[in-house]
Amino acid sequence: MDCILIGSNVKVLAKAVQSLSRLGEELYLEPQENGLALRTVNSSRSAYACFLFSPLFFQKYTPPKSSTQRCKMVIKSVQAVFKSLSSLEKTVEKCRIELDIEKSRLTFTLHCKHGLLKTHNLSFQDSESLQAVFDKEGCANTLTAQPKLLVDTVLHFPPSLEEVRVSVNDERVLFRNHVEDEAEQSKAMMTEFCLSAEEFDRFVVNMHTCITFCLKELRGLLVFAESSGLPVSLYFDEPGRPMVLSLTDSVLEVNFVLATLSEEGQPRNHNSNMRRVSEPPITDDFMNDDVDYIIAMEAGELAGDSDWPEPPRHALTPPRLHGAAGDQQESSGECEDEDGQQGAEETPVEESGRPPNKKFRSLFFGSVLPTPSQMSNRTLQSQEVLASDSEDEDGSPSP
Amino acid sequence: MRFRAKILDVGCLNSFTRVVNTISKLTKTCTLRLTADNLYFMLSDKVANGGVSMWCELDQGNFFDEFQMEGVASDANEIYLELVPENLSRALRTAQNAKSLKAKLTKKHCPCLTLAAELPSLSSVSRVVTHDIPVDVIPRKLWHDFREPTVPDFDVSIYLPPLKTMKNVIDRMKNLSNFLVLEANRSGQMNLKIETDLVSVSTHFRDLGNPPCGDGGSQGASQDLETMAQARVDIKKLQQFLSSQQVNPSKAMCSKLIYPSIHLLPI
Repeated sequence: MDCILIGSNVKVLAKAVQSLSRLGEELYLEPQENGLALRTVNSSRSAYACFLFSPLFFQKYTPPKSSTQRCKMVIKSVQAVFKSLSSLEKTVEKCRIELDIEKSRLTFTLHCKHGLLKTHNLSFQDSESLQAVFDKEGCANTLTAQPKLLVDTVLHFPPSLEEVRVSVNDERVLFRNHVEDEAEQSKAMMTEFCLSAEEFDRFVVNMHTCITFCLKELRGLLVFAESSGLPVSLYFDEPGRPMVLSLTDSVLEVNFVLATLSEEGQPRNHNSNMRRVSEPPITDDFMNDDVDYIIAMEAGELAGDSDWPEPPRHALTPPRLHGAAGDQQESSGECEDEDGQQGAEETPVEESGRPPNKKFRSLFFGSVLPTPSQMSNRTLQSQEVLASDSEDEDGSPSP
Repeated sequence: MRFRAKILDVGCLNSFTRVVNTISKLTKTCTLRLTADNLYFMLSDKVANGGVSMWCELDQGNFFDEFQMEGVASDANEIYLELVPENLSRALRTAQNAKSLKAKLTKKHCPCLTLAAELPSLSSVSRVVTHDIPVDVIPRKLWHDFREPTVPDFDVSIYLPPLKTMKNVIDRMKNLSNFLVLEANRSGQMNLKIETDLVSVSTHFRDLGNPPCGDGGSQGASQDLETMAQARVDIKKLQQFLSSQQVNPSKAMCSKLIYPSIHLLPI
């Protein structure tokens, strides 16, 4: 892959990297036919961001010849290339990015004023593709606003605020800070901010709903949005379903996908809602372990117990959406060993009288996988990650 | 027990915010006393070992366009609340260009002081931000703890130099020592001194002016204009006071006594 950026677009790319750095620690870079995609995901996998720069964004864009060039690297090293944003505009005239998979080199060359050339060679890891599947058009509610509106809204909440609750009806949107802890509720200051529908460029509410999500993850997007001046669209649905924020223009598409808190005590059968490529065979032990891991991760976070059994090792690798077929086979081998652990991991979820806890969808990346036979036939490219909404109240899918 | 108030004027809102900001920098929690005519922010800390105590009296008419309150009982028409001034400060911060600010005492999950600000918006419907600040109602039997501190007899009363200058001096002195000796006399001279094993530093101010003696002055004691009255104070507390001053008083007055106690009164 080889591409060249000129002028102010260098700053836009730098700002995108900065925005991503506020969300996750690793940057996934994937040159595609339709442009260069920069993605990241946060550590708890409850937030995902993708900046897709179309070929028009670049002065010259040469997509990779072989279809699969994907790399991931520590985001700080990319930030180091673009440090001091303010002087970027003044000094950098051109930026060239070359990705050479065979030689394992990602090179950023900054052509600066006075003939100065800065070359950064970054090392990276090969990675699987990181992609969340989300359906913006399918969401019941869509709000579009100028970025200033959202920035003003967020100002009313303290920077340390984690979770915010948004509720909509036909006329207005309410933003409230969300306090989970019973003890804190009596001491915390509660803030509520109300915006009328008229302030939005577009206000489509088909479902009166109330969702809770983590505000911190959005701040990176809001900073980018404000500097770009592009209107921000929010797509959301019922609690538990991910919420999407996006910015689009002719050369750039930005999507931030956030998990939302699901309603407590409501068994969510997502099977009908899932956009699966294929129904996972419920007898697949491999699948079961994923589900258990998801449940374990979520419940484990909450219980905070250190005496949890370790989640199956294979599940720890980040989006195992599309490893090579070989990987999958290996993993399923491993997971069979972990069978004994499944029961233990499930139990706490089924305890009643558990204190109410966060049930963020910590993995809405697919751990939803096709049968082993299908896996071996799959090409690496067409991996779709699916929202793994498999947290049924009754525990793991019945064998 | 009821309380409802409204501020409509932006200038009043800004001034009130500044006062609250000053208080929030001085202390983590304080007591708010509401009477029919006034608001008081009070803090009584252990003054004996160098604590800070604070008393701030505001005439409600200077800030509020509407002010209605009903105290705990007809013979005690007052309300005492304990709250965290930082919360109040934070609530006011984003309401600075509000069209109106309403405050009232409510009971949500606990007793709260609810502030609702109506903000200008791009549409015909205003944006409303509501803050519920949890408060504790202080029972009547504890009210006597919060009496107005009487200004005791003092030896010297002097107007302070510009607070900014004083703050600069004290900031630098803080790095050298924990305690500072403040001395002043009736001819408008004030010295700030620190002394350590290695170094002693003193800063002299002249022509500061003394407020007229008044009743508090100890008439009998030395009328000698040149005699310095001294007090030793913890620099950090002094610095805290000076850095909290956001109200920009035109003059701040300092009264000193024989036994160490300094009263600083921004006017």
